Amino acid sequence: MSLLELDNVDTYYGQIHILQGLSIRIEPGELVCLLGGNASGKSTTLKTILGIVRPRTGMVRIEGEDVTKRPTSYRIGRGLAIVPENRRLFAPMTVLENLEMGAYLRGGGAKEDFERVYELFPLLHERRAQLAGTLSGGEQQMVAMGRALMSRPKLLLMDEPSMGLAPILVEKNFEIIEQVHQSGVAILVVEQNANVSLSIADRGYVLSTGRLVLEGKAADLRENEDLRKAYLGR
Amino acid sequence: MDQFTQLTVDALTLGSVYALIALGYTLIYGVLKLLNFAHGDVFMVGSFIGFGVLQLLGGTDNPVVPVWALLVIITFAAMAGCATLGVVIERFAYRPLRDAPRIAPLISALGVSFFLANSMQLLFGADPRNYNTFDLSNGALYLRGIDIGNVRVPLLRIITIVAAFVLMVLLWFLVNRTRTGKAMRATSFDREAAAMMGIDIDRVIVFTFVLGSALAGAAGVLFAVRVPTTVSIGFVAGLKGFTAAVIGGIGSIPGAMAGGLILGFAESYTQGYVSTKWSDLVVFSILIAFMIFRPQGLLGRPDISKV
Repeated sequence: MSLLELDNVDTYYGQIHILQGLSIRIEPGELVCLLGGNASGKSTTLKTILGIVRPRTGMVRIEGEDVTKRPTSYRIGRGLAIVPENRRLFAPMTVLENLEMGAYLRGGGAKEDFERVYELFPLLHERRAQLAGTLSGGEQQMVAMGRALMSRPKLLLMDEPSMGLAPILVEKNFEIIEQVHQSGVAILVVEQNANVSLSIADRGYVLSTGRLVLEGKAADLRENEDLRKAYLGR
Repeated sequence: MDQFTQLTVDALTLGSVYALIALGYTLIYGVLKLLNFAHGDVFMVGSFIGFGVLQLLGGTDNPVVPVWALLVIITFAAMAGCATLGVVIERFAYRPLRDAPRIAPLISALGVSFFLANSMQLLFGADPRNYNTFDLSNGALYLRGIDIGNVRVPLLRIITIVAAFVLMVLLWFLVNRTRTGKAMRATSFDREAAAMMGIDIDRVIVFTFVLGSALAGAAGVLFAVRVPTTVSIGFVAGLKGFTAAVIGGIGSIPGAMAGGLILGFAESYTQGYVSTKWSDLVVFSILIAFMIFRPQGLLGRPDISKV
């Protein structure tokens, strides 16, 4: 049974048809990337998965259960977590409080949850009493990642993790993504940066104007001529 | 010196009531970005619930419970009644307009304000209602108290000020130390991100209305134990609370407390040292000065729109 499945989903913003018959699935423990340029529907796909927007037709399933009509909080409770684009930290709250919010549905987080996150990001333990808004970009990325992991997700959604970070931090960030993946968490990375995400992913989907134009193993996609032209340069 | 002491006590009594009203404005604005103009009328309803429960308990002449219990019961009754009222208002007047342009819930709020004021007038008439707290234990609440210089600060004043501050401390604790309070702050900073954490936004909003309206109910009683209440006090009280919230920085909890006290002091000192007629002029001039020189208020954050 797939961990997450979008089945022939059509999502609209008012009259505008954004996602057009989109079907994707993610198996337990997989690392999948969803590629596409601006306005390709990547963010809308994530919003549809989370239930921030509802599809007009089609279904969203988590472990086989139809959650299409369920609210975001229910889906988070079923094992989804997200590192949003631009991190979206609660800037006027402390690092600790941000982490607590990540574990909101689990009562604010057990001791082990904090320990696991601090082990991954020792710096966050040091900075736990600091306001999240005062941290540097790289540190904020750690908080966003830690916050998402606090809920012990089965599937971690990552929206543009390389956006707005220095190249060295992007690399570091993807190392962490791999590390989290190796601990058994399935991950969906939504990215414009095809090169770096395909290098760590098992499989990939390519979106263009709301339609799926390519899918396959990451290794095959890397060799794909069209994709190379469109995203990888050369 | 004695006049100064007297005016300062007045300022604290008045200011703490304004602060309680302002807190409701600021809490609701924080999570919903809505100016709940019905808030002053919730305050008015609170003062009437207090009056009603007081009569049920035998009135001031013949109370069936000790005085301290009487005061506690009427305050909690008003808080509970107003909390319920707040939830109903949110459910029927604001929630259906959640995704409408911001002007729509604002007009809805004005509608609720008129609805409450006029229904209360139809039900109870326009006559002032006096709690007659002086008659409780032969005036002990007024005659006993603490002496500062030649001024006796009556017990009732002390109770009012202390009760208001206890409520503010409780609120501070709730918002900063509890899971629900933190969820409120997260929601008020970024509603969508809060939803992404699994926070049920509807529940947070309902909880905020419970909290804000309960504070308004308490303020209604703390106000009406000293001054007779009428169905028309809601408008002015709401305006003062709103002004206090804006001066303090709307959305900021310590700001609302500070704003309420500033208003109380401005009003009281103007009345004492200048003239009663001038007090509203001074209060609203402060508002205008803030709008011109510090529009985000004392402790508010400037509204930076993302490009």
